[in-house]
Amino acid sequence: MNANAAYLRTPLHRLAGLLHRRGGLLLAILLGPPMIWMCVIYLGSLLALLWQGFYSFDDYSMSVLPQLTLKNYALIFAKGNFDIVLRTLAMAVSVTIGAAAIAFPIAYYMSRYATPAVKAFFYIGVMLPMWASYIVKAYSWSVILAKGGILFWVVTKLHLLWFMDWILQVPYVGGATLSTSHLGRFLVFTYIWLPFMVLPIQAALERVPPNLVQASMDLGARSGQTFRHVIWPLAFPGVVAGSIFTFSLTLGDFIIPTLIGPSGLFIGTFVYVQQGAVGNIPMAAAFTVVPIVLIALYLALAKRLGAFDAL
Amino acid sequence: MTAAVEFKDVTRHYGKVRAVDGVSIAIRDGEFFSMLGPSGSGKTTCLRLIAGFEQPTSGSIRIHGVEAAGVPPFERDVNTVFQDYALFPHMNVRDNVAYGLMVKGVDKAERYARSADALAMVALDSYGERKPSQLSGGQRQRVALARALVNRPRVLLLDEPLGALDLKLREQMQGELKSLQRKLGITFVYVTHDQSEALSMSDRVAVFNNGRIEQVDTPRNLYMRPTTVFVARFVGTSNVLSGDQAQKLAGSSQPFSLRPEHIRLAGEAMIDADSVCVGGRIEDIQYHGASSRIEVELDDGLRLVVSINNDEGEDARPPAIGEAVFAHWSREAMVPLRGQDA
Repeated sequence: MNANAAYLRTPLHRLAGLLHRRGGLLLAILLGPPMIWMCVIYLGSLLALLWQGFYSFDDYSMSVLPQLTLKNYALIFAKGNFDIVLRTLAMAVSVTIGAAAIAFPIAYYMSRYATPAVKAFFYIGVMLPMWASYIVKAYSWSVILAKGGILFWVVTKLHLLWFMDWILQVPYVGGATLSTSHLGRFLVFTYIWLPFMVLPIQAALERVPPNLVQASMDLGARSGQTFRHVIWPLAFPGVVAGSIFTFSLTLGDFIIPTLIGPSGLFIGTFVYVQQGAVGNIPMAAAFTVVPIVLIALYLALAKRLGAFDAL
Repeated sequence: MTAAVEFKDVTRHYGKVRAVDGVSIAIRDGEFFSMLGPSGSGKTTCLRLIAGFEQPTSGSIRIHGVEAAGVPPFERDVNTVFQDYALFPHMNVRDNVAYGLMVKGVDKAERYARSADALAMVALDSYGERKPSQLSGGQRQRVALARALVNRPRVLLLDEPLGALDLKLREQMQGELKSLQRKLGITFVYVTHDQSEALSMSDRVAVFNNGRIEQVDTPRNLYMRPTTVFVARFVGTSNVLSGDQAQKLAGSSQPFSLRPEHIRLAGEAMIDADSVCVGGRIEDIQYHGASSRIEVELDDGLRLVVSINNDEGEDARPPAIGEAVFAHWSREAMVPLRGQDA
């Protein structure tokens, strides 16, 4: 009793005692501010934006009217607009597949073979481009890919110009030059988002215990079988995590489609034009829902494929 | 008859470290063979050499007469039960057990039938649909066993498979493993650092120390007739005496081993040509139920550990600390040893 009284002699001590007795109170104090941020500023603003998608836009006065309508959402499926969705979706899928194909071997090497020093070198190598300005990188790529640019010069020196011309004539892939082709845009997207694919895959592979690989070999599985039945299923959640990044970043980006590739809007550029030049916030908001729905569908598909079974 | 596994002067170096240093053994077909030693003694490396996860730096390993160098693990007719079981977390128990058959292309009906048999053998019939994470440690251990045995290997390697289990379960599994081995007639190569486990289960035991084999023998001989100082100390408890002490008691400076239970204590000196008798004083007594462990300090300062049975009945007078006693033992109980007393 006396010891207690001595301990609780100052208000600060009494507060400490109170927090010690009531763990929930401490948790509420710690979690309160971030939860308010999360709910009000993070999700609240997003919901407010999405709500705007139901507002009307008057084409004559160029102003937003608070009259609720589904017209904006219906317009997503109009011929020209839906082409934008398909075009962006096709690019997002291609970029995701391309990035995964390049990232997986890198991540595999990093997690299973690299010594700590080599691994550190790879970490820096993978993340270094992320530290440079995104816009500068995109502009540099437009110079690299331009007719008379660096790549053009290299291809000419290698006497492979005929090959490049041939590729540029392939429908849906080519264009007048690399920098105005879908292929060029694909290259730049894949370059820019690659770190977001490498790191989650590497983390997932790192968590595959080496003795599972040994157990598989011990039970008679050849290297290919071990990869297919043990390593790939356990690394797949990492691939899905990485692909969520590459997929959603491509769906929302407006800088690369502006600087590189053929004309024709992307979801990102369309939203940018609608809310910036036109001032049609409701239409922009409605289009913002498209990537959200696509990602949700993608996650549902990944779950059905068993992507999260090993988690 | 060809040995199930034969090592000829096998060495495995990691840089300058000699994990396995000139090991030669012949493991007979169908025997329960244990590799016993402290951690870092090379026993696990030897197991991994048999499994094919490691390649010898020099020497030759033959599995059922076939040279194993360069043969990858998946080509070897051996299977391993891993220390931490290494069950595939994304597969259920049945698919784990059927894995070896699946990768060999056995059709689904047969591999599920065989994995059901294997699961029945380890008394886990109804657990096929569960994930490894839903099992207890002992159950995972059984699944790992079933997963290895379903392939009907000629040699089964077990890497401290009971290490993670609690004592009661471990003792139960020891019995089950031994009877399983007897029933199947498969060669078991069992790695452990637990000497009582090795003694109780094995037909023969190899004692490892510093990458070398100290002694390969039956459990009984290992205990009764250790040949080196290390074996005498590592297997069971022993009084290892050497140098001047050995000279005085045994008539030779060569070290010898004297098991605590071979020493008798008496109130008076017993003079006998076939035995040794020295006077001393009881320094410490530890009561262990059926027996007691008594430390006796001899008149010349030497300490002996003596084990006595507590089966004299209620009225027998228990020994007391500080009591003067005579320790005596048969000359035959002194087993001469090679090696230096550390």
